Amino acid sequence: ARRGRALRALCGSVRGFAAGPETHFGFQTVTEAERREKIYQVFESVAKKYDVMNDSMTLGIHRVWKDILMHKMNPSPGTLLVDVAGGTGDIAFRFINYVRSVRERQLQRKLKHHQNLSWQEISECYQEDKSKSLGNSQVVVCDINKEMLKVGKQKAQHLGYSEGLSWVLGNAEELPFDDDKFDVYTIAFGIRNVTRIDLALQEAYRVLKPGGRFLCLEFSHVSNPLLSRLYDLYSFQVIPVLGEVIAGDWKSYQYLVESIRRFPTQEELKAMIEDAGFLKVDYQNLNSGIVAIHSGFKL
Amino acid sequence: EEEEEEEEGCYQLYPGHIPTSPLQKALLAAGSAFMALYDPYRHDMVAVLGETTGCLALPNLRDKMKHHPEGYRILQERPRIRLSTLDMARLRGLPDGSLGREYVRFLEDNKVSPDTRMPPKFVDDEELAYVIQRYREVHDLMHTLLGMPTNMLGEVVVKWFEAIQTGLPMCVLGAAFGPIHLSARKLQVLATELVPWAIRSGRNASCILNVYYEQHWEQPVESLREEIGIFPPP
Repeated sequence: ARRGRALRALCGSVRGFAAGPETHFGFQTVTEAERREKIYQVFESVAKKYDVMNDSMTLGIHRVWKDILMHKMNPSPGTLLVDVAGGTGDIAFRFINYVRSVRERQLQRKLKHHQNLSWQEISECYQEDKSKSLGNSQVVVCDINKEMLKVGKQKAQHLGYSEGLSWVLGNAEELPFDDDKFDVYTIAFGIRNVTRIDLALQEAYRVLKPGGRFLCLEFSHVSNPLLSRLYDLYSFQVIPVLGEVIAGDWKSYQYLVESIRRFPTQEELKAMIEDAGFLKVDYQNLNSGIVAIHSGFKL
Repeated sequence: EEEEEEEEGCYQLYPGHIPTSPLQKALLAAGSAFMALYDPYRHDMVAVLGETTGCLALPNLRDKMKHHPEGYRILQERPRIRLSTLDMARLRGLPDGSLGREYVRFLEDNKVSPDTRMPPKFVDDEELAYVIQRYREVHDLMHTLLGMPTNMLGEVVVKWFEAIQTGLPMCVLGAAFGPIHLSARKLQVLATELVPWAIRSGRNASCILNVYYEQHWEQPVESLREEIGIFPPP
């Protein structure tokens, strides 16, 4: 066994010269190219059961986390959002719902203050707002994985989302968008799977308008030792089993729990975001650090 | 950091092996049992159930094989039943009634293939992993020898036979709970004729894993049945 390990290490370093810098895939050491390939395969494999698994693993709590993200964003109608690694559309749909309800409240308030309008004026008001029920808000869902986008589009169709929504195949490390384009950039449970986080953060900075906001929702580190032990136990003992039973895929969920532990801590990520040029960078822990929302501004 | 933390002490014993802790095995057993009943098309769950609950039955089977000359040879040579290793054309050319001819006929009639058997993942012993793999690959031959099709009824009958033969909890559970999905009429046939026959044959027959089937293709099915001790199907 010792000989095997030494041989593997030698092969690893030879491969390193040939295939590029080394990085991690869960607890394994791989090249960057291998990591991208493996992660693509993971999401290709889990796409159809992605939502079911999220509900099972987090007992539905991931919905609350995403709701909190949306409330923190508090988008007003007319906002242009890019949701990167947005896959199956959870953030995009929440954005649309939020903006729609804000718009409705605006409309109600407007009508309340104009009690003496004629019927014609009132019906005109409704006409113009029906065509802008989102008030020109738009969300672009960008994901590197075709399967995830496919599932997202199907969901949108099934749930009746069409207005103000577009789907783009793209890489977070090299976004297919112009500079200074978006008001808000979100990446929810996606940045962990990016191979060069620094590049993704630079891209985020580039495509945001001045004054634009960066928001990242991601699994993070639990400092409380007791909670940390319980969380580890649950993660490593239960989650891969759930993956096998529900999705027939142990390995992808083993990767998931390992990748969470490999990810930078709250403070480390904050520093990386600042390095990309963002200001007023801050984070908010949810559930004692199981999840954290990082926020920054391009000023 | 926490590099080898979750390696469960040992590493991969064979390709496809996933080492698991006792807690994980227990969770897998419960989860797969539930899922196999809930969604009968999840054959992978039946396989996982077999692996996670077979810790007593598999060593038993392996020992039976070790103490039998033909079984011992199988353990040494580790033959695999796969489309790539079988000469389908040759088997098809064998006379009607021979094991090879009937096996191919069974595969074609029921539109199944030996390559769809799941490789073992959760068995923590390399030899036992082979034993359960052999059991899976021989399953279609069981259908052929017992003359049972791959519908729900046929599968249940084969499970009863296998439960007696192997003692694998997965077979016992499958035999006991499989009939849930059957109609009343089929249940009656099952209870009055098929299951008693399967039990008698299972008891009477020598260990089915001790037959080197690959060397018996030319033998007529009835003669092989007699040799093993399986009674003619009703």
